[in-house]
Amino acid sequence: MAYVIAAPCVSDFSCVEICPVNAIHPGPSSAAFEAAEQLYIDPGACINCGACVEACPVSAIYEAGNLPERWKHYAEVNRQYFLQGGALA
Amino acid sequence: MKTMRVAVVGAGAAGMYAIESLLGRREFAVEVDLYEILPTPWGLVRAGVAPDHPEKKQVCDRQFNFQLQDPRVRFIGNLAVGRDIAVAELSQWYDTVIYAVGATGDIRMALPGEDLPGCLAAREFVAFYNGHPDFSALPIDLSCERAIVVGNGNVALDIARILATPIAALEKTDIAEHALEALRSSHIREIVVLARRGAWQAAFNNPELEEFEHLAGVDVAVEGDDLVEPGGMQGLASWEAQRKIDTLRRLVSRPKDPGNKRIVFRFLGTPVELTGSDKVAQMRIAHNHLRPDAQGRLQAVPSEQTSTLDAGLVLRAIGYRGTPMPGLPFDAVRGVIRNVQGRVVEDGGAALPGVYTTGWIKRGCRGIIGSNRKCARETVDCLVDDWAMGLGGGPALNKDAVLALVSERQPAWVSLGGWLAIDRHERSTGRQKQRSRVKLTDISSMLEVANAH
Repeated sequence: MAYVIAAPCVSDFSCVEICPVNAIHPGPSSAAFEAAEQLYIDPGACINCGACVEACPVSAIYEAGNLPERWKHYAEVNRQYFLQGGALA
Repeated sequence: MKTMRVAVVGAGAAGMYAIESLLGRREFAVEVDLYEILPTPWGLVRAGVAPDHPEKKQVCDRQFNFQLQDPRVRFIGNLAVGRDIAVAELSQWYDTVIYAVGATGDIRMALPGEDLPGCLAAREFVAFYNGHPDFSALPIDLSCERAIVVGNGNVALDIARILATPIAALEKTDIAEHALEALRSSHIREIVVLARRGAWQAAFNNPELEEFEHLAGVDVAVEGDDLVEPGGMQGLASWEAQRKIDTLRRLVSRPKDPGNKRIVFRFLGTPVELTGSDKVAQMRIAHNHLRPDAQGRLQAVPSEQTSTLDAGLVLRAIGYRGTPMPGLPFDAVRGVIRNVQGRVVEDGGAALPGVYTTGWIKRGCRGIIGSNRKCARETVDCLVDDWAMGLGGGPALNKDAVLALVSERQPAWVSLGGWLAIDRHERSTGRQKQRSRVKLTDISSMLEVANAH
């Protein structure tokens, strides 16, 4: 089960910088960064190291199974971002 | 290698991320004096982020505090650059200066009746309920049944949510006490969030819209848009826009309760006039069509058809706007300090040596907290390149010389210790009421606590 970025995300991108496998997008050098509502973790790339959880200054990152009830759907939101081509921008 | 002495003006997200960038550079040693007009730091993270978004405010403890409490950084609060110290003096006292003063103004609707009591800027109402000392005494009248928020960005949704949230839930947040009092006697039953364009062009973000699915005692309606994908648009709407439509459809199809408050997302309407005798009572709204402009972008075009809505509270949430800093070139069209990539430039284009800017006052009032991190890095990269080439202001005064001048200009300046005393006081009062903090909302109380430490 991968990690998931939920609603509190403020696009601080400390997570992007610490992720060892570049699984978090869009990064600040991407054209999509300015308009992005939040950042997203690619569940297909995530290796579950958990480094992003501590790096996030707003505690927006959860293991998929630990998402609070009101943010449970963010697992699918993170997955959908990449299915519709999110990391290609 | 010489230590660079930097003044950063503004202790909000922009200024703090600029300091993060400066402290991380290996090329030189740095000392930072952080000037802030209020006795408290954090800018809009304290006075703008909604009280029911406590997670976002963790950025102060988990990110910005590392900069604020770094031994190389000295906090100088309750001092107004531009008033207590001139811009030209700051350039003389320091090697480099970074202006991160954000936006103290807002975009007006330019309507007849806009100055009637009961019509105000979202910026002012947000500052009121977040306890900003300059807005705590605002005369807020919530005795009407309907409020209209003009604009549908995240700030508009914050306001709609705060006006509709049950008091018991708000009492657990860090919302200002005087706002709780005002809301306890509120008669508002309906909040209309009015936007010029259609639902497919809505400015709010998905996480903010989704919050309404978990708001007790609130029905959501949509007017002016049937939420059907316009012909010819199939597959062209963004993923984010499609999600918003799906959420709106879910929200409007929930069973309604006549006892509930109502939030109405109204689309394709432009305010044309506010009327009332001694305060705002009605808004006349023109109905819009969407027409593609020369670049193919859909624009709202008002028709002749209008309708009227009764409303006793009208909040314009169509954007913050920067105001000029005396002594710095200002681009009045964009509402920013004139700059190129963060280097402040004169009207003719010549760079002011050693003067930089970051955040909303540099790039305009857009983006979220983290947008400022990328922005600050660009500014500091330019600053470091210039420093390496020997371009800067100064020669800088040393720390003690500056302290003597600061104490002369503003004897009541607040140090880091003073802010930490305010912070402790707020959290301690909060603990007694099972809230994260109870904010001090006027300058004299803050100074009393700061000076007692």
